[in-house]
Amino acid sequence: MGKYILKRLLLIIPMLIGISFILFVVMHIAPGDPTSVKYGLNPDISESARSNFNKIYGLDRPVLVQYATWLRRFFFLDFGDSFMDGRPVISKIMSRLPATLLLQASSFLVIFCVALPIGIISAVRRGGLFDRTMTVAVFIGYALPAFWLALLLIFFLGFKLQLFPVSGMVPWYAVYIGGFARAGDLLWHLVLPVFATAFGGVAALSRYSRSSMIEAMGQNYVLTARAKGLSERRVILVHALRNALLPIITIMGLTLPGLISGSFIFETIFAWPGMGRLGYEAIMNYDYPVVMGVAVISTFLTLLGIFLSDIAYAAADPRIRYETRRT
Amino acid sequence: MGSRNRVYALKRSLLVHKTVIFFLCFLPVHGYGYSRGEHVSRDAYVSAGIGEARILLPLFADDVSSGTICGLVYNGLTRTDKDLKITGDLAERWEVLDHGLTIVFYLRRDVRWHDGAPFTAEDVRFTFETILDPGTGCPYISGFTDIEKIRVIDPYTIRFEYKRPYAPALLKLGMGVIPEHLFRDEKDIRKSVYARAPVGTGPYRFSRWETGQYIVLEANQDYFEHPPGIKRYVFRVIPDQAVEFLELISGGIDSMQLNPYQYRYRSDTPEFKERINRYLYLAPSYTYIGYNFKDPILKDKKVRQALSHAINKREIIDAVLLGLGEVCTGPFRRESAYYDDSVSLSGYNPEKAAALLREAGWKDADGNGILEKDGREFRLRLATNQGNQTREDVAAVVQRQWAALGIKTEIQVIAWAAFLDQFIGRRDFQAVILGWSLPIDPDCYSVWHSDSMRKGGLNFISYSNERVDRLIEEGRREFVPAKRREIYHEIHRCIAEQAPYTFLFFNYSTPAVNRRFKGIRPEPAGIAYNFIDWYVPEREVKYKF
Repeated sequence: MGKYILKRLLLIIPMLIGISFILFVVMHIAPGDPTSVKYGLNPDISESARSNFNKIYGLDRPVLVQYATWLRRFFFLDFGDSFMDGRPVISKIMSRLPATLLLQASSFLVIFCVALPIGIISAVRRGGLFDRTMTVAVFIGYALPAFWLALLLIFFLGFKLQLFPVSGMVPWYAVYIGGFARAGDLLWHLVLPVFATAFGGVAALSRYSRSSMIEAMGQNYVLTARAKGLSERRVILVHALRNALLPIITIMGLTLPGLISGSFIFETIFAWPGMGRLGYEAIMNYDYPVVMGVAVISTFLTLLGIFLSDIAYAAADPRIRYETRRT
Repeated sequence: MGSRNRVYALKRSLLVHKTVIFFLCFLPVHGYGYSRGEHVSRDAYVSAGIGEARILLPLFADDVSSGTICGLVYNGLTRTDKDLKITGDLAERWEVLDHGLTIVFYLRRDVRWHDGAPFTAEDVRFTFETILDPGTGCPYISGFTDIEKIRVIDPYTIRFEYKRPYAPALLKLGMGVIPEHLFRDEKDIRKSVYARAPVGTGPYRFSRWETGQYIVLEANQDYFEHPPGIKRYVFRVIPDQAVEFLELISGGIDSMQLNPYQYRYRSDTPEFKERINRYLYLAPSYTYIGYNFKDPILKDKKVRQALSHAINKREIIDAVLLGLGEVCTGPFRRESAYYDDSVSLSGYNPEKAAALLREAGWKDADGNGILEKDGREFRLRLATNQGNQTREDVAAVVQRQWAALGIKTEIQVIAWAAFLDQFIGRRDFQAVILGWSLPIDPDCYSVWHSDSMRKGGLNFISYSNERVDRLIEEGRREFVPAKRREIYHEIHRCIAEQAPYTFLFFNYSTPAVNRRFKGIRPEPAGIAYNFIDWYVPEREVKYKF
């Protein structure tokens, strides 16, 4: 097992390099460049100031040379400096990462805690009123564009009913009020963004857990358990659920990329100060170092998530062992 | 200009502030009947912008958000008043000598940096020498390259010597001055801690910056004019404009720039007006259609004139801006002395347009409704950038107005980066819809001089006229206002006659501000010029801490 974990961890490195290479090249081939976007039609800024900028940041050199420079620094975890404000990319990302992780972790938790019970109940009472209602709700959840849902939430719950804040994470006056009130305020600000980001995930995962559960309920060991005279509760929650959970672990790992890419949109709508919005702004401004930094970090987080779900899978299912068999 | 001026955020769309320099004028005026000692700073003013400030150094501030904050924290040697006239800021007075080759500034003696250190001429020298050092990478360097030498005569007198007279100098020297004692040992001042926690001389001192969320400034009780009436200035980042509007109504923010639709329909309700005041004044920016002189069809003056005469600007203003605009005829600020009012206002004349096209050889011989010449139909590609709904709407109206003349127009809407790269950069277009924002100084070298036709220059339509070139050069060297006015009036008439652009309209700026703020007086400079005189009556204060 230890050897397998090490191998999987090491595999992340070439994967990161490959992805970063493709990204770097595509970004440089795309029409436009940082100086034209930044200064393109500004009469106060001369062409010489622009070429000076290109020289300072090495943008006048061939793309492959630039990539080699980037890669060399990357191995020392140096992502270079942002074009927009000259700050080191890594410190920009680190100041934004906690907000993103807070939002993602909360969404993840909500997805798990809400979708699983929905799935189980739907499976157990297949064809019942709850199951049918949820089927409709889930299809609506799939069909709704999530950003539109976010705007609706802001409009009705935040603006019309004034139940939740319209946008932001921590209000500016938080430092002038007490610490306890501040923590409550943060939770208050989390509700709408978490709802919006988790909605699609809940829809998907409840569907998967429903079908996985239905499959498990039809297995012979469930029949055996019932025949042994176990309570229905024990049959469902212990015998059926444990087996039904296995494919769900993998699917949970696969919802991570969706959450991370979704953060680009939701953080912008909710004025959430996270990494996704940093990445979005960087893309709009052709801030290559920040785009690369955000992309590498998100890729790393995604690969890590998938890796962890594989490990969890092995831990949960005694039939699966990743050791190479000795003959 | 820009960076130094107290900038008032004008954000109509994400792209507006990328395409045009921000122009906002946020200049305090000597006190409106107050006297020192009467000032109590109360409450907080919460504004918002779509993007986060990038760097709080006026030398590098090239976005609206940074410019706004820098304008409140720093002062320049000069500033402009409510009528956009140049007046002293850190400089008490100045003398222009040798026909503009030398400018001597006499500085205020009662100014201190926010950390308590006295402000002196060394700070001024340091600021402009830093700008002139190419290693600094200051984007605004071109406005200062005519400076030959900067001499400190005594701690409160400084002399700028120019290689040749440069009339915009007085405005350019309004660039925010940074403190020498905090920056002199920095190798790269952009990396200094003071680039994100600025120390200036202005009415507000920096308090805190939560990345991605907000910046808080506190009133400077020792400000040399008088303490500002509002105790805190808060700048929030709200990237989505629909959300920003909801925040305005629910009180999360105190002001924003409305778009025409929000002004006409969403905010024209009693509930809105009860709590929020709306203002209306002409913005110093215009929208135009530019014609490429490298194009075989459009290099014919008669064709360009015909295209201009075929356009009903009033109809465009009513349809696209919901009436919130004024007809434009030339490249200067509408309310400035340099704008020649005698230039015929609308120019809309479809008969004349048709006649001009006939003279140019365009006829509809086969009767299909489209003009031809030498066997080729009159087809025109009209391009603009994506993300600016106003421009896309203008394109649709123009397409129909030109169709009435027998011209087939194809509209191209291209993403900004690609638009700059492939259309503007390569000079590969026929007609484009774009906008310019106008600095206070009328100098238009970078847009209209033939020298700016070169790659990367802003004369991308390749307009070249010897007389206009000569006048632009004269205008840059002339310090006498009356003579300057004559020069720019002539440039205005010249350009209007040759129709390199169809100047369409100036739009109105439509800011909304919460009603509890008093002392707001709209002037040619906008509303933000006297921000330090705004106040909230005691019983209406919202943020009491």
